[in-house]
Amino acid sequence: MLLGPALAISALLFSIGVVGVLVRRNALVVFMCIELMLNAVNLTFVALSRYHGVGGQLMVFFVMTVAAAEAAVGLAIILAVFRHTTSVDLKTNTLLQG
Amino acid sequence: MSETIFVALGAVAVLSALLCILQRNALAAAIWLVLTMLALAAMYLILGAPFIAAIQVLVYAGAIMVLFIFVIMLLNLGHGPSDIRGRAAWAGALVLAVAMATYLLRLGGYDPARLALELTGTSDLPASAVFATAEGARQAAEAQGVVGAVAGSLFTTYLVPFEVTSLLLLAAIVGAVVLAKKRI
Repeated sequence: MLLGPALAISALLFSIGVVGVLVRRNALVVFMCIELMLNAVNLTFVALSRYHGVGGQLMVFFVMTVAAAEAAVGLAIILAVFRHTTSVDLKTNTLLQG
Repeated sequence: MSETIFVALGAVAVLSALLCILQRNALAAAIWLVLTMLALAAMYLILGAPFIAAIQVLVYAGAIMVLFIFVIMLLNLGHGPSDIRGRAAWAGALVLAVAMATYLLRLGGYDPARLALELTGTSDLPASAVFATAEGARQAAEAQGVVGAVAGSLFTTYLVPFEVTSLLLLAAIVGAVVLAKKRI
């Protein structure tokens, strides 16, 4: 059966995404790692939708919509930050650090 | 057979995700992430969700990642020093990730029988009986077409979330336009 492998692959992808968020300083790459974690959760939803009906697939549909909205607004914010400080490095953007 | 292909696709997804977070160049990282998403789309096909596979390719690989690559090229990144953090951050991240992965990988031992056992609490019923409605719905979906099953549920049970989604997209459009203005 495919359930066990799917859940294991999803766990690995999510952990890789967490490592990426923690070790990268480029805001764009951190953002991509967040998308990777969303994809890992989507895989879990699709794998379990075989046993719980079509609701899991619809949840993936909604996650994708939220991810698209998030990408549009987040990339616009990154562009605005870049225009302000000419860098997307999280180390240099420390205005809120007190 | 299909399980072998599924695991091979999973290996492709995991390897390209690893390469994505290890690439110094943001553009190369984005391309590796596209490969992860395409492998996931193929896995959705094997899992019996062709509609989700199609919108994974269209929306994720086609729209979101193109937006990322567009912004990376617009900002002309990839020439500066490496943005990967030092040894302390790596140590902390690896400890956290290994702990989380060992916890989550226990899910890899699940099969339908164990899922049915944890759902019902008794081992009297076989898994095929517990998931009979889902299996029946899947066969009906195959009869009425790929999109029909998803759409039927989307426009009846999940109608309100679907409408809220349109509000979210409207807010995102307005927000993106405002944020992209010359002076904010």
